[in-house]
Amino acid sequence: MELADQAVIDRARSGDSDAFRVLVERHSRALFRLSFRMTGNESDAEDVVQETFLRAYRQLGKFDGRANFGTWLYRIAANCALDLVRARSRRGEKVWEPGAAAGGIREGASDPLLTSAAKDPGPERLAISSQVRERVAEAMDELSPAERTAFVLRHFEGMCIEDVSRALGCQTGAAKHSVFRAVQKLRRALEPLVNTK
Amino acid sequence: MTHLTEEELILHYYSEADGGPVERHLDACPECRAAYGSLERVLNVMDALPVPERGEGYETAVWRRLRGAGLRPALWRRPLVRWPAAALVLASALVGVVLIHRPAPPPLQSAGVQKRILDFAVGDYLDRSQIVLAELANASPAGTLDISVDQELAGDLLAECRLYHQTALRTGDNAVAGVLDELERVLVEISHAPSRLAPAQVEELQQRLRSQGVLFRIRNLGSTVRTQAEHKS
Ligand SMILES: [Zn+2]
Repeated sequence: MELADQAVIDRARSGDSDAFRVLVERHSRALFRLSFRMTGNESDAEDVVQETFLRAYRQLGKFDGRANFGTWLYRIAANCALDLVRARSRRGEKVWEPGAAAGGIREGASDPLLTSAAKDPGPERLAISSQVRERVAEAMDELSPAERTAFVLRHFEGMCIEDVSRALGCQTGAAKHSVFRAVQKLRRALEPLVNTK
Repeated sequence: MTHLTEEELILHYYSEADGGPVERHLDACPECRAAYGSLERVLNVMDALPVPERGEGYETAVWRRLRGAGLRPALWRRPLVRWPAAALVLASALVGVVLIHRPAPPPLQSAGVQKRILDFAVGDYLDRSQIVLAELANASPAGTLDISVDQELAGDLLAECRLYHQTALRTGDNAVAGVLDELERVLVEISHAPSRLAPAQVEELQQRLRSQGVLFRIRNLGSTVRTQAEHKS
């Protein structure tokens, strides 16, 4: 997959008109999921997707091929989202739109039961009601922009903390701190909910 | 014994630390085990964070929006594109002469060089037009088709089309003038269409593009003109 990406990138750089389109089509869905988790808002997520590809297009010459293209794209997206969420929180706006939860079923979640995606599923399988989804989204909304972005990259994208710090352009310690703070806040918000189930 | 810190538990959940000592502690310590279980439940439930699904054709929609936002197919950035700038000046000068009925200013280049610049520019112009038309001709939307981006591009192309059309008439290049005349009509039609087309309207537009053979003629003329320009050099 990534080798194929590299071949397409080479073509895009050499002026092939369809090559960049291939990259856009290949990565736009995953990029939307990432952007939505980071912004909590559909129209912001679309803006992040668009801005990410525009920046990527302009910076394609700087892509050195050491990271894989997806990771490079995510790095750009993380920074776009961070800019956007910061601008929003400066204006004191809430990020989460309750309406988004209505049609917002996680991909692959046709099974109403949730298992852990992160590690050993453990004995708990938790029925996910729309209320739970909404509470989770609200809890995310309580995170600061840096906490939210770091947490999304660590938890949902499975990046190690070192990669998170690289993506956000900060020290490893700062990225670790953001993840810790995020988890602490999420625990405070959600522990009453999960421990009564 | 010293209990595990919350940070150690978090790093353990994400497998970011040496798991051995933590595992051993968790096995031995019910208190930390309970804390870890609670942490696990919270982090597991995070996967319920809803993400709205994108419909079919999302990838294409993203591409179209990008083009609308100024991302042009790479073809538009090829070195050839420097020709239109020179050619537009040249064409404007030629057409200007016709419009104001004054003798032509002494040309800076010989007629041969002028013709070559125009041929290159027209060839490039036809390429760009063909990209826009081909995309519409080949679209197979599941529902309505948003052509606002194509309309913007068609608007840009239209202004150039008129200029080259007039120039071709002026220089007596009838083959070029004929195709540009046809292209102009198609571009006007696209610009004036509703920006969201129902499947039947898409089909109608595509039918017209096919039946008039516009695409075919544009492609043909493009390569003829380019060959001419290359032979003259
Ligand atoms: Zn303990």
